[in-house]
Amino acid sequence: MHGEDGSAHARRGDPFKQGENVNNNATDVAAVVARYKADILKEWVQQQREGSSSLSGVRSNGDALEQSSQFIDLFSAALTADPTVENESAWADVRTVLESVSRARAIQGFSPTETATFVLSLKQPLFQRLRQEAKSAEALGDAVWAVSTVLDSLGLYTTEVFLRSREEVIMKQQQELLDLSTPVVELFSGVLALPLIGTLDSERTHSVMENLLEGIVEHEAAIAIIDITGVPTVDTLVAQHLIKTIAAARLMGAECIISGIRPQIAQTIVHLGVDLGDVTTKASLADALRLALAKLGRGIAPLKSSTEKS
Amino acid sequence: MERIPVLKLNQFLLVTIQVELHDQLALTLQDDLTTMVSRHGSRGVLIDISALDIVDSFIGRTLAHIALLSRILDAETVLVGMRPAVAITMVELGLTLPGVRTALNVERGMALLREAVGDDRDENDAE
Repeated sequence: MHGEDGSAHARRGDPFKQGENVNNNATDVAAVVARYKADILKEWVQQQREGSSSLSGVRSNGDALEQSSQFIDLFSAALTADPTVENESAWADVRTVLESVSRARAIQGFSPTETATFVLSLKQPLFQRLRQEAKSAEALGDAVWAVSTVLDSLGLYTTEVFLRSREEVIMKQQQELLDLSTPVVELFSGVLALPLIGTLDSERTHSVMENLLEGIVEHEAAIAIIDITGVPTVDTLVAQHLIKTIAAARLMGAECIISGIRPQIAQTIVHLGVDLGDVTTKASLADALRLALAKLGRGIAPLKSSTEKS
Repeated sequence: MERIPVLKLNQFLLVTIQVELHDQLALTLQDDLTTMVSRHGSRGVLIDISALDIVDSFIGRTLAHIALLSRILDAETVLVGMRPAVAITMVELGLTLPGVRTALNVERGMALLREAVGDDRDENDAE
């Protein structure tokens, strides 16, 4: 926010050297907007419809009309109160409306261009009115400059909010992916399996550790099998995290078995000199399950009836 | 003075930590426990820390010390009911408590103790 404010000041610094003069023009702009509000609104909505219909006709026209008329009311009020966007309090309402429009569009899947067009397409109808009302070429130039500075700044703000909302969506999805990707499954009473799929980064290994430990408490598990068949690479960091997880599980009274170590990963682990200590490793999840059952004093045997038949 | 009760249960000692373990309390527990072990000739110690939700490096180290001390005094030690958050903290602090038995709850801890002590007897008998 600070950066944006700073650059906005810098941008506005040069053209407003004549101060007074421009302010007068800007007040004229406010008057023009207030006088032709209805006409500008109609043309503006038309403009928006032409600009966006080809790309996304999803949004209802009523919705756009309502947003636009609300925006232009506030825009006109803010222009009258203070013609420069620097005044935070006067433009707060306008910004709020823009924020909600832009947020809604980000979620509906609009492109940044389409979202910014909402504000920027106001330029054409507005400039037309200004041209009609202008007393001299110089006055028109000043008025146009003042309006486009304001609208550009609002347009940038829209894009910024748009990107921010998109980022929020991405963050949420990332979190959901994280939760989904580390399931703890109960294979047998007292035996948990933790099938790991995909690259393990430090954040994921952390959630893996937490999920596993919570799972051990929840299922009162004595043995946990960590299956790394789906893990493409293991580096020292990942190995260290695995060892930490196993140590933490042991502190809670559960034993861990690692299964599904592929030949390449076995080579990497040995080459890296990672010491897996006394951690039991098994080739496949099936082997690990067999071992786990054996440790619990159980086993899998064919049913009596089927042996008799055969 | 506040102290944590140490219960004698046949040949075992039972400690459940129900209050927040501050430094002085941990040291007192360490003293009490070692005294009790040597006085009663206990064969096993069970420490239940399921109510403990915060450990710092000092408490973690003291827990490790208590466990090792009772082992030196010829009593098997089982630490039961460690919470996930505590386990993560202990591991991050590098306190993996090698040589200390752990169990998920008191029930399993007792089973483990009985088994361990039973094994010892068998060995003695064999000799």
